[in-house]
Amino acid sequence: MPVNNENWKPTIVAFCCNWCSYAGADLAGSSRLAYPADVKIIKVPCSCRVNPMFILRAFEKGADGVILCGCHPGDCHYSTGNYYARRRMTLLFSMLDYLGIEEGRTRVEWVSAAEGVKFSETMNSFVEKVRTLGPSVRLGDLRCKN
Amino acid sequence: MSKQSELIKEISGVNPLKCMKCGKCSASCPSFNEMDIKPHQFVSYVQNEDIEALTQSKSLWKCLSCFACVERCPRGVKPGKLIDAARQVLIRQRGQEGLTANEIPALLDDETPQQLLMSAFRKYRR
Amino acid sequence: MQKIGVFVCHCGSNIAATVDVKKVVEMAAKEQGVFHAEDYPYMCSEAGQSRIAAAVKEKGLTGIVVCSCSPRMHEATFRKAAERAGINPYMVEIANIREHCSWIHKDMTEATEKAVILMRAAVAKVHLNAPLMAGESRVTKRALVIGGGIAGIQTAIDIADAGYKVDIVEKTPSIGGRMSQLDKTFPTLDCSACILTPKMVEAASHENITIHTWSEVEKVSGFVGNFTVDIRKKARYVNMDKCTGCGVCQEKCPSKKPLNEFNRGLNTRTAIYTPFAQAIPNVPVIDANSCIKLKTGKCGICEKFCQVGAIDYTQKDEIITEQYGAIVVATGFDTIKLDKYGEYAYNESKDVITSLELERIMNAAGPTKGHLERLSDGKAPKEIVFIQCVGSRCSDDRGKPYCSKICCMYTAKHAMLIRDKYPDTNVTVFYIDVRTPGKNFDEFYRRAVEDYGVHYIKGQVGKVMPQADGSLLVQGVDLLDNKQILKKADMVVLATAIEPNPDVRKIATMLTASIDTNNFLTEAHPKLRPVESPTAGVFLSGVCQGPKDIPETVAQAGAAAVKVIGLLAKDKLKTNPCTAKSDELLCNGCSQCANVCPYGAITYEEKLINDHGIRRTSRVAVVNGALCQGCGACTVTCPSGAMDLQGFSNRQILAEVDAICR
Repeated sequence: MPVNNENWKPTIVAFCCNWCSYAGADLAGSSRLAYPADVKIIKVPCSCRVNPMFILRAFEKGADGVILCGCHPGDCHYSTGNYYARRRMTLLFSMLDYLGIEEGRTRVEWVSAAEGVKFSETMNSFVEKVRTLGPSVRLGDLRCKN
Repeated sequence: MSKQSELIKEISGVNPLKCMKCGKCSASCPSFNEMDIKPHQFVSYVQNEDIEALTQSKSLWKCLSCFACVERCPRGVKPGKLIDAARQVLIRQRGQEGLTANEIPALLDDETPQQLLMSAFRKYRR
Repeated sequence: MQKIGVFVCHCGSNIAATVDVKKVVEMAAKEQGVFHAEDYPYMCSEAGQSRIAAAVKEKGLTGIVVCSCSPRMHEATFRKAAERAGINPYMVEIANIREHCSWIHKDMTEATEKAVILMRAAVAKVHLNAPLMAGESRVTKRALVIGGGIAGIQTAIDIADAGYKVDIVEKTPSIGGRMSQLDKTFPTLDCSACILTPKMVEAASHENITIHTWSEVEKVSGFVGNFTVDIRKKARYVNMDKCTGCGVCQEKCPSKKPLNEFNRGLNTRTAIYTPFAQAIPNVPVIDANSCIKLKTGKCGICEKFCQVGAIDYTQKDEIITEQYGAIVVATGFDTIKLDKYGEYAYNESKDVITSLELERIMNAAGPTKGHLERLSDGKAPKEIVFIQCVGSRCSDDRGKPYCSKICCMYTAKHAMLIRDKYPDTNVTVFYIDVRTPGKNFDEFYRRAVEDYGVHYIKGQVGKVMPQADGSLLVQGVDLLDNKQILKKADMVVLATAIEPNPDVRKIATMLTASIDTNNFLTEAHPKLRPVESPTAGVFLSGVCQGPKDIPETVAQAGAAAVKVIGLLAKDKLKTNPCTAKSDELLCNGCSQCANVCPYGAITYEEKLINDHGIRRTSRVAVVNGALCQGCGACTVTCPSGAMDLQGFSNRQILAEVDAICR
């Protein structure tokens, strides 16, 4: 639902694995590579720790986009975690799309600890995409609204 | 900020700040000796927004558009595209006085490379 | 119900310049369960930490939230501070309002809003934190060094000198690495072999060092202090115990076609070979791809001539399994392939060579016995052109975006040596910048220019054109003169970019060590932890971490050794208590969690369960806390929601989600 209100700010939850993406976000920070303040990062030990339930909950509570960042395939600190994450998210996102949570509101991205630039670029493009999609209302729990 | 330099950057898609001043473009250029402003200088002229000098230069018309500089530039600066864009800016300034096929034979001389005429015609025909 | 204290750090102006810390404190005080909120210029300072202790004592706090820099910086600091103040270290959470907030946002209102939300998420999480106790694991007092170049040798010697056992695994037939291929070293012009071979001998004869050459790391499992490593000892076809290194086999071997890798393929070697005269161990290997006996079954000449009967064609690859407490990666570098640089005619002309090839040509043991000559016709070159930054500092896909760091100096060295030995040879260097940071480095370069008359030209070469007469026409530019140059040369030397050894990616994957986009291994902190990998127990030595010259490599090798010694000196290590835990009441023993566990940490037991008064025997998952590394793969797989991760529980993460989306 695109909105004309320019002041509307999306709520974006970013799950970042401790070893690669969280460090990549830190590097983006220390390199002063800006991305919108709408992105709030939650640290998880590995992308495979992210339960689909967390993402559903985020949309239920009013998130407009959820992004999951992990280590590049083959580089997972725990060897295989990102593969599990990738498979789970592929299933979850296609289900979400079916439920009306557009494809653009969810994303999995691999960001290594050395890729501060990629982290910032990813967040910028993701927020831009979510902004064009407007607020997410499909899964919102009406009881949560003021 | 000079509007023309912005226009050149836009048309060419080149960011002159990427240049590390290695000179590979000038080292590769087959028309180097014909030019008054050398390929590597093009980048700094755009960076310094000295577009007037560029559009007045001989080099603009001596570039063969062979794109050896574009191919070999290690930083993806593409000086040849800057030259192309400067040419285009000049053409636009002159009020769309593009070439027609009939005008070409009169323009032929021994010095102007055929390739330049062809490339100019491709881009600036009416 | 937790009593939470929120401490907001200014970090000087790093945070306070963009985040209204007073506002964050004010908002924190309004949060449920927050009994104390304050700000301080430097929370990580001694004074800042004692304020935490004071507040814990005064208000009886049970949980702490520090809004500061990344937990990767100071989480350990604040956990220790909490422990000193008498609360469990795992009752501390960090809200990262520097790297993830103040440093990337400019607008104060926006940044403050975000900081408040991050603070709330941390507070919400701490509400659900539970005290955790770190377990202990044993440390195997033995180190593995992967790579037997100067970096690996130096690391191994330093560790061994401290009294610990070290194994070196080297994939080529001898230790020595790239340094053994060099002729002289800058800026002192010492003979490379003369300073390297004593170190090689020291490593080989050290009672604490075991060297596995012609071997590769096959598999790594375990974790810091307890790695289990499979090493493939490739079939050498020569019995190492019997061989005396007499070299007769190499003289007699009829297969003389294979390219000599040690001489960068500039000449050939025999099928049974030692890469160079000072090789350690001085035991040849048989290259199975070119050995006539191994390929056709007919020959056996080496066996016939070997007086001690050391040749054994029946040898097979052997896998040995060893335990290590620490692993050092010292896999080094190679030069990049030049296939994409057609303009330099490297593949067309034998007289266009890389600097490493020139190194072999200048070396007395090299293909030309140390005489500087053209590989095409054997003539002495009179005009040599050096081209700098070939493949370095390239943002396109042909080369590497980084500066290879060593080329400026070795080119000055080559130029100087050539001018010294062959004064009638002209040397021209095309350069973009001459980079000589380092002790006595710029002086060295100036000597090349001023004392040896090396002609440096600021500019690049666009094209090298092989001519019919065998010479090379070099088209370059002199940017200071603003002139294009056409120069006839007899030899062109390319300062080819270096890249990490191609095998490093495989090794990094085995070690779960992170690697950057250029295949250099990532250090745990770019400034403060430069020789440690983010993976505990894995250390970095030499060029595998980034371009380095020999002195820097040796310094880093020593630093890596110190870190290893520090680790091996401990008898026990504290383990990460953030491990998975299964709820016996919910677990139905389906085995799905064990299937996804990369560490084999989950087993199943028949247990007597008391489910709200009903007693039943049930097959339930049990997590071995010493093996579990806390990835959480099992928690998501578990269909009954029995498996949870301590420190990152479902409820904790959901609370964070709720706080952010509120």
